[in-house]
Amino acid sequence: MTQTAPRRKLPLKERYALLTRDLDWDPSYVTKEQLFPYTSYEGIKVHDWDGWEDPFRLTVDAYYKYQAEKDKRLYAVLDGFAQSQGHLGLADASYLNAIKLFIQGVTPLEYAAHRHFAYLARYLEGPAPRFAALCQSVDELRHCQTQIHTISNYNKYYGGFHSWSKMHDRVWYLSVPKSLFDDAMTAGPFEFLISISFSFEYLLTNLLFVPFMSGASFNGDMPTMSFGFSAQSDESRHMTLGLEAIKFLLEQDEGNVPIIQDWIDKWFWRAYRMSALVAGMMDYMLPKPVMSWKEAFELYFEDQMLGGLFPDLEFYGIRPPRHVQDAIAEKDKLSHEVYKVLHNFSFAASFTTQAPNEQHMKWLAEQYPETFDQHYRPVWEKHHRIEANGGRMFFQGLPQLCQVCQIPMVFTEKDDPGKTSFRSSEFRDEQFHTCSEGCQWIFEREPEKFVQAWLPVHQIYQGNCGGPSVPEVLEWYGIQEGDNGEYKGSLDHKSWIGWHNGDVEQGV
Amino acid sequence: MSDTLRQVGIDIQESEENRGLVAAIRADNPELTVRHLPGLVKIQAAGQIVINRETVERELGREWETGEFQLAIVSFAGNLSEWDDDQIIVKWEH
Repeated sequence: MTQTAPRRKLPLKERYALLTRDLDWDPSYVTKEQLFPYTSYEGIKVHDWDGWEDPFRLTVDAYYKYQAEKDKRLYAVLDGFAQSQGHLGLADASYLNAIKLFIQGVTPLEYAAHRHFAYLARYLEGPAPRFAALCQSVDELRHCQTQIHTISNYNKYYGGFHSWSKMHDRVWYLSVPKSLFDDAMTAGPFEFLISISFSFEYLLTNLLFVPFMSGASFNGDMPTMSFGFSAQSDESRHMTLGLEAIKFLLEQDEGNVPIIQDWIDKWFWRAYRMSALVAGMMDYMLPKPVMSWKEAFELYFEDQMLGGLFPDLEFYGIRPPRHVQDAIAEKDKLSHEVYKVLHNFSFAASFTTQAPNEQHMKWLAEQYPETFDQHYRPVWEKHHRIEANGGRMFFQGLPQLCQVCQIPMVFTEKDDPGKTSFRSSEFRDEQFHTCSEGCQWIFEREPEKFVQAWLPVHQIYQGNCGGPSVPEVLEWYGIQEGDNGEYKGSLDHKSWIGWHNGDVEQGV
Repeated sequence: MSDTLRQVGIDIQESEENRGLVAAIRADNPELTVRHLPGLVKIQAAGQIVINRETVERELGREWETGEFQLAIVSFAGNLSEWDDDQIIVKWEH
């Protein structure tokens, strides 16, 4: 071929149509049902897969071009940070406890999402959602890898980062995110779309990631901020997939509406309960806090989702999630209740904790004028008194866990912050305990599924976690000296002081 | 259906490159609320936010494809009702 003048590029819409829908074909030597065996058993009816709109109109060439550019920018930041000993410019070494929680709790979920979106990319019937799922599968793998690369730099200097993958499968607080994803992956393809793409990505991901990345920026953690924003830019595409999925399914058949409503009710509460860990982290683990859980919840969830999205979905006959008022009612309590548990049990965690200092408590009191001074300040002052006398209170014993969200039973009744919220249900002559109306409702909807939960405390009692004593369990978890316990006086704390005084050599 | 215009929003990474983009969005959407968080510019407007390729190109002084918006966006609230070669519109549909 001789070189001619470059042809004008096709318009975006036309290019997208050619590169997605036009690549679809009808099977000839197998039936449609054999090719797509999983899209009918959930009761969802789809009459016309061509009704699927993809507002992003992303084509495969553009996808790789932009993703490569994102990675180039990110890795330049990572190199610069590592070369300049950037970790010494963090607000404080204790900040990294938030990042430990992140790599143990979130990064494995990225990998799980990568796997499951690859499955959707094969088994969804429409070419447009298949392609969107394929892009998301590649995105999630990128997130997993960039997080590992980013955080590996901290692993050279600090404890708690080394065995996150093993810990995700074993450690008590990590069964919370793990069980949520296992629940989603063992559901059908449409429930998975509503659980992860809609309830998690669209409803709650902003609340979880954006303030967290702003917190990284504010605490001098440039690499985390960079991978966070880089991942979030993909997230906006994932949110679009979630919203498109729900609208498409609601438009396809009236009969889909109650099924979808049920899934929204279930998955909002599942994802919200998991976010309780993030609430504790945001309010207590950032040396320089940037936005409280309550403020983020009001801005990203109440204003944007309840105020913006749900009136939009009302058109299809969808109402806000069933237990949403319970979530609103506990926004002043959630982070404090969760962090008290993490503080009590951090001897068995792969991060360290500390009671908030006076300055931090002043900020918490400003953020939570209704509850902090009255209910939580006295608790932290008690811890300060214990420590002043040379002690440190850790809870001796194992907590009861919620059968559904797997968080220890520490939440309190809506109208009484002094009373622990207990619910129980009977199934096959056994009692099952849940932490809230939401978790109880989820349990009673699918008891056959939730009785199979792998509950870390039960597993320890059954002898499946290395042995009956704390040191044996910690060894089985992969927790080493310096990973756990109190921050003040920990290995990380000592190294941090030494590096800044110049009496400890870097990297030794 | 709600009677008032509901807020839509876009969160954009704060960077040299994105300053021109934010300026273009300001120029085309006069009723904008802009809030700065560490590393972020949070833009909100009632009803809709429009991004025009031509305005962005004028602000940046170079050619700009609407697809490049993916490098700038962190998150959004609303529905991407249009995304073609010339324009991106975020709004609620109903």
